Amino acid sequence: MRGSTASCPAQIVMLIALFADIHANRQAFSACLDDARARSAQRFVLLGDYVGYGADPEWSVETAMALVADGAQAVRGNHDHAVSEPRESMNVEATVAIEWTRGELGKPARDFLAGLPLTVTDEDRLYVHAEASNPQGYSYVASTADAARSIQATRAQVTFCGHIHRPAVYSLSAAAKMTAFTPVAGVPIPLLPGRRWLIVAGSIGQPRDGNPAASWLMLDTAKREVTFCRTPYDIEAAAAAIRAKGLPSWLAERLSRGL
Amino acid sequence: MVKPTLEAGALIDGFRLEELIHRGGMSELWRVTRRADDPPMLMKVPLIKEGSDPATIVGFEMEQMIMPRLTGPHVPKFVAAGDFAVQPYIVMERIAGQSLLPRLKELPLPYPEVAALGAKIATALDALHRQHVVHLDIKPSNIVLRPSGEAVLLDYGLSHHAQLPDLMQEEFRVPFGTAPYMSPEQLKGDRTDPRSDQFALGVLLYFFSTGVRPFGEGETLRAMRRRLWRDPEPPRKLKPDYPHWLQEIVLRCLEIEPSWRYPTAAQLAFELGHPDQIKLTQRSERMRRDSFRVVMRRRFNTDLKHTPRKADVTAQLASAPIVAAAIDLGADPSLNEALRVTTRRILATLPAARLACLNVNKVHRLALDTTLDDSGHSKQVDRLVGLRAWAEPLKLDAARFTVHVLEAVDPADAIVDFALANRVDHVLIGARDASLARKLLGSVSAKVAAEASCSVTIVRPPRAD
Repeated sequence: MRGSTASCPAQIVMLIALFADIHANRQAFSACLDDARARSAQRFVLLGDYVGYGADPEWSVETAMALVADGAQAVRGNHDHAVSEPRESMNVEATVAIEWTRGELGKPARDFLAGLPLTVTDEDRLYVHAEASNPQGYSYVASTADAARSIQATRAQVTFCGHIHRPAVYSLSAAAKMTAFTPVAGVPIPLLPGRRWLIVAGSIGQPRDGNPAASWLMLDTAKREVTFCRTPYDIEAAAAAIRAKGLPSWLAERLSRGL
Repeated sequence: MVKPTLEAGALIDGFRLEELIHRGGMSELWRVTRRADDPPMLMKVPLIKEGSDPATIVGFEMEQMIMPRLTGPHVPKFVAAGDFAVQPYIVMERIAGQSLLPRLKELPLPYPEVAALGAKIATALDALHRQHVVHLDIKPSNIVLRPSGEAVLLDYGLSHHAQLPDLMQEEFRVPFGTAPYMSPEQLKGDRTDPRSDQFALGVLLYFFSTGVRPFGEGETLRAMRRRLWRDPEPPRKLKPDYPHWLQEIVLRCLEIEPSWRYPTAAQLAFELGHPDQIKLTQRSERMRRDSFRVVMRRRFNTDLKHTPRKADVTAQLASAPIVAAAIDLGADPSLNEALRVTTRRILATLPAARLACLNVNKVHRLALDTTLDDSGHSKQVDRLVGLRAWAEPLKLDAARFTVHVLEAVDPADAIVDFALANRVDHVLIGARDASLARKLLGSVSAKVAAEASCSVTIVRPPRAD
């Protein structure tokens, strides 16, 4: 299977789908994979947090492992880290979900998560779960100041991250000024070469920007454009699965409200 | 990144520089050629030197983002863009025709010409706003008329695209634009309101019809800020023969508060196209500026004004459509009542919508028609009266509706043409019942539904059973 990427030089990969914060939401993850493939994605990048909150951690990690075996690049998120590191501090619902997740994942899945890198550099792009200035600190990018700190800590022209579950676009101009923008789904944004960019993908498995549809990115490396995509999925089924596993009911309720 | 000076004959990415047409402070414009079958083209090259104004670079980045997305006759067609890292440029269609700048020598222009020009520019603005873009630098040098008559808007370096990052907004805290044309909200840093372009067009119309700029040259920020509280001299004070309807339009465009202007550029274009039906408010009669007391209140009682909300170009256009109701005055009363019910429903949900009531006077292709009936009445007037009577129960403000009798051989063609020419968003039309007439003549509503450029709702009376 690896042969397919080896025989396919990086330069001709033009459409890359980037997924962040899948959070064991099988329904959302599979709907987005289908959507991305239907839109001719040639490669996947996984920006971390495969588990936590949702009801299908084993399936989600196995799917991520299969994608990586097929050439996808993947980084580790704080929930993935918390599986093997009980001291990782999180809110009470997240902690309950991770305690349950530890009892769900087999050794290969746990080894996979523990072995993931914090960052991956690919050409002029950097992939990281939360932000680049201190990847293992998992701080939120919630302001232009946070974004500037991340951009200035890298040499990459474009950094892609997730973690905050809300889509955003930040850029740093040659004159050292920051711009912030809330993207519109389906409208390609040109990544102008004269500035440096931080692109915050929304979340696949638990969007928090008021829109319950799963959020991901499609990068066109030839046109140097990134498009924020929204994929509707079977929220009822995902919520029912969370309830069936006896996880906190708020984790089920919030899915249909996108918060 | 110091660039060598460009010279005629040079080749950039296959484009041959033929002639330097213009050299401004921020960019050069070259006439370029590539292949024999290419249309006439221009290359815009920013002048980026060490220590040059960052606004030059950001403006050019904005233009490179926005121009490839624009379509239609009111923008120059985009051809290609050059990489910033190598040689930044934009190649676009070269419009045959001159900008409005040379016409400043002829000011003031006759009123009907100003209105016709204003309608063309407002139509172009509407087309741009529908593509989510606020221009923010409307002025004579940025407007060119095509030989076919459409106004084309140039220069998107200061524009705002509602669906793309606004690089200008964050980069510069001082307002950018052209001093005499800049709207009050733009001065305060709001770059998101499409009605800012209406203000600039109001300045242009005032200037072109009086020969005087309403706010002077306003070069200093202090002089520019005066328009936040000071209204201009009413045109009628400068020119006693100034038409009331034109003063109504111009002063409404120049309202300090954006929500007091027209809801959309399409509605402004509609008014400019139908001067005889404009509702004349006190604006149209003013002979002097607002009193000192009013001005002082505006200047110092700023807490009366609500904080400006972020305008959404797309939502605002959607909330203020032009609706046309096609009324067959001879139709069954129950059908016309059903049309009225549907119209009321739409207008009730959209308070900024406006209504055009249409009736078609069918004329014969060959026979000479008389405009008078057998007893000497004007048919045209009778029909206008009939349309007003139809609309009366809707109790609409005069500023919200107009009546139109169209003369045509084919009623459906007339309705379709009216909708296209007046940028109508939605046509309401009754279905004729299954009569002999429909069998013989075909259905007008079906033809309108098939051929109109906008949405069409076909209305039927409620079922009798």
